[in-house]
Amino acid sequence: MPKRKDIKRILLVGSGPIVIGQACEFDYSGTQACRALKEEGFIVILVNSNPATIMTDPEFSDKTYIEPLNPVTLKNIIEQERPDAFLPTIGGQTSLNLAVDLAELGVLEEYGVELIGASIDAIKTAESRRLFRDAMLEVGLDVPCGDSAGSFEEAEKIKNKIGLPLIVRPFFTLGGIGGSTVYNNEEFTKAVKWGLEASPTHEILIEESIIGWKEYELEVMRDRDNNFVVICSIENFDPMGIHTGDSITVAPSQTLTDREYQLMRDQAKTVMSKIGVETGGSNIQFAVNPDDGRMVVIEMNPRVSRSSALASKATGFPIARIAAKLAVGYTLDEIPNSITRKTPACFEPAIDYVVVKIPRWDFEKFPSTENRLTTQMKSVGEAMGIGRTFKEALNKTIRSLENGWIGFYPNGTNEMKGMSEGQYRDKLLESLAFGSSDRIINLRKALDAGISIDEIAAVSKIDIWFLKQLEQVYKFELELTERINKDGLSAKDLKKAKQYGFSDLHLGKLVGCSEKEIRKQKLEQGIKPSYKVVDTCAAEFESYTPYFYSTYDEENESTPNDKNKVIILGGGPNRIGQGIEFDYCCVHGLLGLKELGIEAVMINCNPETVSTDYDIADKLYFEPLTFEDVMHVIELEKPDGVIVQFGGQTPLKLSKQLEEAGVNILGTSSESIDLAEDRDRFGRLLDKLDISHPQYGTATSVDEALDIGKNIGYPLMVRPSYVLGGRAMEIVYDDDSLKNYMKYAVDASEEHPVLLDRFLEDAYEFDVDAISDGEDIKICGIMQHIEEAGVHSGDSMAVLPPYYITREQKEDIIECTKLLAKQLKVIGLLNIQYAIMFDTLYVLEVNPRASRTVPFVSKSIGVPLAKMAVKVMAGKKLEELERTIPQDVPYVSIKESVFPFDRFDDPDVYLRPEMRSTGEVMGIAPSFGEAVVKSHQATGIHFPETGTVFISVNEHDKPRMYPIAEGLYRSGFKLLATTGTAVFLRDKGIPAEKVLKVSEGRPNVVDAIMNEEIDMIINTPLGQRSRRDEASIGRTAVKYKVPFFTTLSAAEALLRGVRTLQKKKLSYKCLQDYYKK
Amino acid sequence: MATRLILKDGRTFYGESLGYKGEVFAEIVFNTAMTGYQEILTDPSYFGQMVVMTYSQIGNYGINRADVESSKIFASGFILRECSPVVSNWRAQDTLDNYLKQYKISGITEIDTRALTRHIRDHGAQMAVITSSDDSDEVVLSRLKAYPSIVGRNVVKDVSATSAYEWKSGNDIKNARRIAVYDFGVKYSILKNLSSLGCDIRVFPADTSAEDITSWGPDGVFLSNGPGDPEPLEKLIENVRILLGRIPVFGICLGHQILGLALGGKTSKLKYGHHGANHPVKNLLTGSIEITAQNHGFVVDTESLKESEVEITHINLNDGTLEGFRHKTIPAFSVQYHPEASPGPHDSMYLFRQFINLMETNRYA
Repeated sequence: MPKRKDIKRILLVGSGPIVIGQACEFDYSGTQACRALKEEGFIVILVNSNPATIMTDPEFSDKTYIEPLNPVTLKNIIEQERPDAFLPTIGGQTSLNLAVDLAELGVLEEYGVELIGASIDAIKTAESRRLFRDAMLEVGLDVPCGDSAGSFEEAEKIKNKIGLPLIVRPFFTLGGIGGSTVYNNEEFTKAVKWGLEASPTHEILIEESIIGWKEYELEVMRDRDNNFVVICSIENFDPMGIHTGDSITVAPSQTLTDREYQLMRDQAKTVMSKIGVETGGSNIQFAVNPDDGRMVVIEMNPRVSRSSALASKATGFPIARIAAKLAVGYTLDEIPNSITRKTPACFEPAIDYVVVKIPRWDFEKFPSTENRLTTQMKSVGEAMGIGRTFKEALNKTIRSLENGWIGFYPNGTNEMKGMSEGQYRDKLLESLAFGSSDRIINLRKALDAGISIDEIAAVSKIDIWFLKQLEQVYKFELELTERINKDGLSAKDLKKAKQYGFSDLHLGKLVGCSEKEIRKQKLEQGIKPSYKVVDTCAAEFESYTPYFYSTYDEENESTPNDKNKVIILGGGPNRIGQGIEFDYCCVHGLLGLKELGIEAVMINCNPETVSTDYDIADKLYFEPLTFEDVMHVIELEKPDGVIVQFGGQTPLKLSKQLEEAGVNILGTSSESIDLAEDRDRFGRLLDKLDISHPQYGTATSVDEALDIGKNIGYPLMVRPSYVLGGRAMEIVYDDDSLKNYMKYAVDASEEHPVLLDRFLEDAYEFDVDAISDGEDIKICGIMQHIEEAGVHSGDSMAVLPPYYITREQKEDIIECTKLLAKQLKVIGLLNIQYAIMFDTLYVLEVNPRASRTVPFVSKSIGVPLAKMAVKVMAGKKLEELERTIPQDVPYVSIKESVFPFDRFDDPDVYLRPEMRSTGEVMGIAPSFGEAVVKSHQATGIHFPETGTVFISVNEHDKPRMYPIAEGLYRSGFKLLATTGTAVFLRDKGIPAEKVLKVSEGRPNVVDAIMNEEIDMIINTPLGQRSRRDEASIGRTAVKYKVPFFTTLSAAEALLRGVRTLQKKKLSYKCLQDYYKK
Repeated sequence: MATRLILKDGRTFYGESLGYKGEVFAEIVFNTAMTGYQEILTDPSYFGQMVVMTYSQIGNYGINRADVESSKIFASGFILRECSPVVSNWRAQDTLDNYLKQYKISGITEIDTRALTRHIRDHGAQMAVITSSDDSDEVVLSRLKAYPSIVGRNVVKDVSATSAYEWKSGNDIKNARRIAVYDFGVKYSILKNLSSLGCDIRVFPADTSAEDITSWGPDGVFLSNGPGDPEPLEKLIENVRILLGRIPVFGICLGHQILGLALGGKTSKLKYGHHGANHPVKNLLTGSIEITAQNHGFVVDTESLKESEVEITHINLNDGTLEGFRHKTIPAFSVQYHPEASPGPHDSMYLFRQFINLMETNRYA
């Protein structure tokens, strides 16, 4: 069937902010869908609250709304735009849930909007564990024994029937939130209660535990004629019991015979037609009992997913793009395979390599959370590696993670301190029995400790096939080391090691030399990687995709041309502090280069990203971002230059080494980058320029630190040098807390000393992005942080244009930015963080590169800054470029952060100098009040117009709290406060009801939150003594999704929002209209 | 000397020995299926051919007694990127390497199979040799050049049953349909599929005369898959021609080519054939698409059937080649691909049911 002619306007909804379980893979799929629909001539109306996405760039759809993703907003936009159809399957769970909400509210019917891609019934059956189970049983498919429960009593009955251990999962949550495995009655009781609360429908599923079973996923597609194809099979290295998003996964499946694989395929086909997914991609999970092969269906997602993004990258098959085309009427045979061009999309990719994905976690940001993997996803990013063998792919992926690992190698950490050999063995086995973020390295340590792979398999349930592969790498390393010690590293061994995926760094450790020396030997002996194509067809047909991976096989398929070309280095796996924002910049860099007619070459290893979509760059190398792997590509491609400015710290860290190797770094020199990063050198520069900055010092010991504390005075901001996202950053108020910190931090960073800065308490902070061509400098945006100093810029709310600033201050900022850009000879982007205290402007930090705020500013002012920057780096002058930067915009944009607190058992929800947010949203509106309401709503938390507010602030904050409390009271809020605050308010004539602190007995404030008697909380940190109180308030608020403000300035902003909301209805406008002159 | 693979055009790959150490000459083809190496090895259609598996990790799940397609390994040689040192599957009984050794099948591993595949794709299927001999590459190559090609040879006689036999199905259905299977190199899974539909099956040697077939009184005649070039099989084609119109006929793969030739069509050799489990085939009667298992180096030319009373029912979406036809008046149909899969998807199993229908009602559906 050809394209449908009866629909013209299609609504797409993105997945909103990056959260654990829903990350930038949905920008990748959404962007593909937007492009696919636009090229078919449809008018695309896109709604997404996440400004850091490529999909929300105005050229990717016709009407781009950066608005909160809730039914009310969507209803308004539907009313305004009158779409004919809504394709809900490309925006993750968020979009599917909204489709259900809008259908249930009758909005779709009222405005005649047709759901395409998946019907409401299909979505509901797939999403409801109960309906899904029933559906599977109806068509004769096996599922784990179990039943659903709506109450504790029902749960008990099921437990008595099946017996422990059991898996308890709440219905309708994202990324397995609330799901857990229970082994005893106590855990059972806790999990059932938690699950019943976590589920929006207060239903849970209790199932037989299939922990330890083999876990598989099939990524499948179906069209309206019931044509069905499997795009990719995935086998999990980690067995059932660890969330797929937290598992190491491998494509294609490794240990299924054809008979079993085809049985799984048949079942997947049955699932698709039973659930009734009309068109598009779905993901179906299976578990297989390793002892007898019993196969059960676990779940399915009737939409593109994290796994489908991985499958697309693993096979080269663009699932989201094809899904969008199927949704508008095409059948699979009508869509060409853009890779082979000659063959249709209706086939099953054959791959001739192995793909390994390893997640990346940030447990160290949440020290109170145990580093243990469960059925609840906790990872924040992932890296993918491709090799001809599992061994090669695994080693490549391990070094892609950028957490200091150089391959399947323990890196010399010695935890045996004070432990007997037996104790160490026990400890290792225990850690392997449960997943943890360093499981793969613990496996290596276990081999080192002489634990057999059978023993490891018995506790970890990892398939023996995978373990044997690890053992092969390990044994080869032992033999290799022996030969090296005797005769040095032979060319034959070097080649073999490379085929096993060993890095130069790893070999250097074995030989006892530097990475450089291994590199030298490789060059001398002519050992270099060959690049193979990811072509969907295992070379059966000629392919046209410029999508490559390295291996050490004979034939190289990547032949460079002699065009002008530039390589952009990506950001690698997402982590807190370095996420989608940097990929956004890379994508713009690539597009900008293409506009200039320069060949754009991308290197990255993050499968979730748009930058690794094979048709964004002219050439894509899916490779680890290490010096070694990057140099190999550079040596082959011989680019005119390499860009390290866009991918965050990852490429930046390589710039010096690359420059030393003779690589031309485009834009700002690594010398300038170094100058800006080096406290002392930079401090001297600022002094010379007469620019104020907080006094600072550098300490390598506790005593040194205490001396500095004496000289500069407290409070101090302390942190280890060269860190990302403010890791291990803290504010200390006295000698004791400084001493404590030093003990922890010096351990956290061995190579680098600790930095101490005077902390400018209560100062206003600003973030400035600017662009420079070396002569001309343009300020792109001045953002004012809403929270006062002390909250990491990545976590704080920011408003553009600034709202509390004098004209003189603004001029000061502009002048200072220009001066610094000149001094640092910036070519490209520049970000400066300022603070203003008592009318003095301080420079806090300068980053001569693309910053986290570039997408936000670009979206706000309607100018693609990274694209302009790449052109400047390629030698253009700002005045030559088509786009100019507006100096003022007549609307307000607010950036707000979202946090993963609901993922961790014991979160500390107070914002700190250490960044912990995973993503951001944007509110854009004509006024500050409206923008703040929108940004707050966009974080997914209800914005209270009225109700009861609980206030508890420290002594220091009380005077400033008074006008806020008064304002809320006058706006109709009922005030609830702990004794001290209540008395303070009553004295001022504001009625406030008293409520007990947690430590004062019951019922207390936590009970009130749980009874849903509180609609909003204003709670500033009260210091050590109240920690326990605060933790329980915070935890409960997060669980019950009660708006929670931990700074007074955020509360002030909220009050402005409340007042606006009480006066007028919110209005919605697409970016294209905002940008109209 | 290292184990080598030398192609007739001189391209040489040096690797590690796999299976039996020896020297074997055969036509080289590649298969893109990612699972099912055991079925591939035991498929008699691979007689006279050595197979390159394009997927780079083979042997992972070992070998089991249930998944064979015939009584032994028929492929002449096996070429891999890496052979798994360990097997992991609850049904595994042996390793791939042992299995190859047991049947004295030579293989080569640790070579760039993708480069080899691209070479075959660009230069066509050709004769090749896997050798561990001490002779120089030149000497081995000259032996290879002297070795006869598979084209124009009757290799069916080498794989067919030597005497007729009943396929033990375990069915005890009274008045079951009787199917006479012409064994040109039949795969067990074809027989299993037919018998699971309640048929009594007797397998006949390829050179059984039409009279001997009819004298058994079958309700249908099945023309099996098999190796090699169909054109030299004149006798077999003639036998089929006699049976046409008298008994419903269903053919698969070589059986399809023989039926095509019997109906006056022509066959030709593909550059590098279709060998894999992911080929899209469009059913022209229903419009739906089947993902199919394929294993053939020859095709029936669509053009050559234009004059006959044949209706084209299936085409390959990758290259438009003929994948299936049926006769408009005589009860006979066939497909080039493998509905029995093994290895491959089960999308086309309906064809066996269609054969039963044809026998029962003289209609296709």
